[in-house]
Amino acid sequence: MEDAEDERSSLAWFVTGARGIFSLPAVILMLSFVGFCALTVQAGIPPEQVIFMTGAVWALPAKVILVSSILGGASLATAFLAVTLSSVRLMPMVAALVPELRGPRTPTWLLLVLSHFIAITAWVFAMERVHDVPRNHRATFFAGFGITLVVANMILVGVVYHLVAEFPPLVAGCLFFLTPVYFLASIWHSARHPVIYVALAAGLVAGPLCYWLAPEFDILLAGVGGGTVAWFGERLWRRRREAKT
Amino acid sequence: MNWMEGWWAYVFIAVGGWLATDIWRWLGVIAGNRLREDSEALNWVRAVATALVAAVIAKLILYPTGVLAQSPLWLRMAAVILGAFGFFLGRQKPAAGIATAIAVLAAGLWWLGF
Repeated sequence: MEDAEDERSSLAWFVTGARGIFSLPAVILMLSFVGFCALTVQAGIPPEQVIFMTGAVWALPAKVILVSSILGGASLATAFLAVTLSSVRLMPMVAALVPELRGPRTPTWLLLVLSHFIAITAWVFAMERVHDVPRNHRATFFAGFGITLVVANMILVGVVYHLVAEFPPLVAGCLFFLTPVYFLASIWHSARHPVIYVALAAGLVAGPLCYWLAPEFDILLAGVGGGTVAWFGERLWRRRREAKT
Repeated sequence: MNWMEGWWAYVFIAVGGWLATDIWRWLGVIAGNRLREDSEALNWVRAVATALVAAVIAKLILYPTGVLAQSPLWLRMAAVILGAFGFFLGRQKPAAGIATAIAVLAAGLWWLGF
């Protein structure tokens, strides 16, 4: 009897998570996916592969880099390296979320499976809302949101693929521009630590600078260089402030 | 010959995209059980990770592909800067910043005859 009760409430929490598809972050992400779809059409990638890419890679910046690598005629090794280096941020994101998601009985394999659904939007959503969910239902709640969001975007990409080619240039341009603007706003908005603000500014400056200096390794250089400078600067400032008080 | 033909395309996406991102997610799960939330190492990882994404954002704005490649740089910069104003005036609500930036870009593109 108690198990049946538990089953039912698990389903209820899954549905509660799934309903997050109607939240603002989810809607913006879907619009960004329409923009991404336009990019893949321009790159000449067939729709089945775009759908596969959406489900398999999921993180939007990683997909943009993968498509850029394809456009640039990169080898598999080069594409793998570029995507791997740009996706390092997933590790601390997941690492920060896992202690929040985990209940006393949550198995590690489940967390490994659920981690696939973590990208910027799902992460921001979970970090904001998971506190209102009882601990032993948090993994279920996140699964509901994460799986729904991925499946919805796979369907969306398949449906809009043939439509985006006929979009007027003004609409296509605005949709493409949503991605960088949305990332900027959501990273700033969800930052829980001062070093994030410094690192964001450092990366924005270091990105173009490194592209100008060494276009092949620009993202890696900007990330490690800009990030280290930001971390060092913020730490120095923090230490100095601590010494004063 | 198109590089994207047949099964090779799926292998390319699976290895270059799927594996390349999920490695970090899996390591994140393992680290999440060990890495202390207040450690200086995690702080550095956070900073590097954020700067990496910021560099991607800067490239998307400065060197866009497709339709936006033909739009003037000043318009894209104006959209981002005015979007930032909208974001901070709108109590740091992402929707406020995004709506302002897109509205500026749309108005500019329309004015330029896109």
